[in-house]
Amino acid sequence: MEWKINDNSPIFLQLEEQLLTAVVSGYFPPGSRLPSVRELAAEAGVNPNTMQRAFAGLEGRGVILTNRTAGRSVTEDMEIIRAIRREKAREEARAFLKRMQGLGYSPEEVRQVLSETEAEEEEVWKKDLQS
Amino acid sequence: MEERLAVIKGVTKRFGKTTALSAVDLELMPGRIIGLLGPNGSGKTTLIKLMNGLLQPDQGSIDIAGSAPGPETKALVSYLPDRMYIADWMRVKDLMHFFQDFYRDFDPDRARSMLDSLGIAEKARIKNMSKGTREKVQLVMVMSRRARLYLLDEPIGGVDPASRDFILRTILTNYSEEATVLISTHLISDVEKILDEVIFLKDGQVVRRDRVDDLRESEGKSVDALFREIFSVIPVKEVPHDEKAH
Repeated sequence: MEWKINDNSPIFLQLEEQLLTAVVSGYFPPGSRLPSVRELAAEAGVNPNTMQRAFAGLEGRGVILTNRTAGRSVTEDMEIIRAIRREKAREEARAFLKRMQGLGYSPEEVRQVLSETEAEEEEVWKKDLQS
Repeated sequence: MEERLAVIKGVTKRFGKTTALSAVDLELMPGRIIGLLGPNGSGKTTLIKLMNGLLQPDQGSIDIAGSAPGPETKALVSYLPDRMYIADWMRVKDLMHFFQDFYRDFDPDRARSMLDSLGIAEKARIKNMSKGTREKVQLVMVMSRRARLYLLDEPIGGVDPASRDFILRTILTNYSEEATVLISTHLISDVEKILDEVIFLKDGQVVRRDRVDDLRESEGKSVDALFREIFSVIPVKEVPHDEKAH
């Protein structure tokens, strides 16, 4: 998977977030086995101890299970995955609303612009299908 | 408690009237990748040379896995100097024999697989290589030892950004879990992601030491940004003449 690390926050937190997204989006499906810490660290170009720390965070939240013999796997508990998905969606929504507020949009205008944009996107999508 | 891999106590080193290192205390734990950061002339190379037994401290002591730097520690310390030391006439395979003769922990298979991924043939001659390729070959040799401590003096100083990435990945994937890697550099933004901790050297003294993520958390900025802050030379504001008079 593709990793992006910025300068602003601790690296392990950024890894944690990106791993969560990978689980929620199904890149790592429920119950699937995860690559080793070292493999993922090499892929992300980060220190293995930092990746380990991110894993520990996800273990603490029950998203990742460690089995002594089989390594680490994603939880099969859909309740946990759904909860994280909701949490992430809310985070995105909050960030979006904040930016819209910065543009001076009222909640009513935000809803309007959302439905307009959605309709436009649908049009583009339909045209793409026809061509 | 975890066993310390290296202990540096009150080390001072002078060259004539210049003090290169002044009462430096450091402890290195196993299994870490540590950045030794500082501008030119801050004492990075001196510290690495002292740890490697190439220089003797004027005061203080250095202990690596229970011994002072010497033949015993050379068997477990793999050192990448800040300049080339490979003889020009050699082919890569000669160099591998050379390392095999000198170091019991040299792993030729590991070297071959790294050379392979670099596309460097074993029969290639050193003298026909570009400066960057030579540096990579040297790093491959150094990282092919199953050492306990790697002392890498400016491993990415002379290569282009793409090669830097390769070199950092080589370091990341080839150090063993209980080994510690000390990397000296002033190119911080390039190495920051692979480091556990950083040691800031300034004028021969340790001015800051922290875990990278603790530092990012407490400062809210990257190590690179903090480095620029600590080491920035603020230009003295020029006061216009007529203002001075008042």
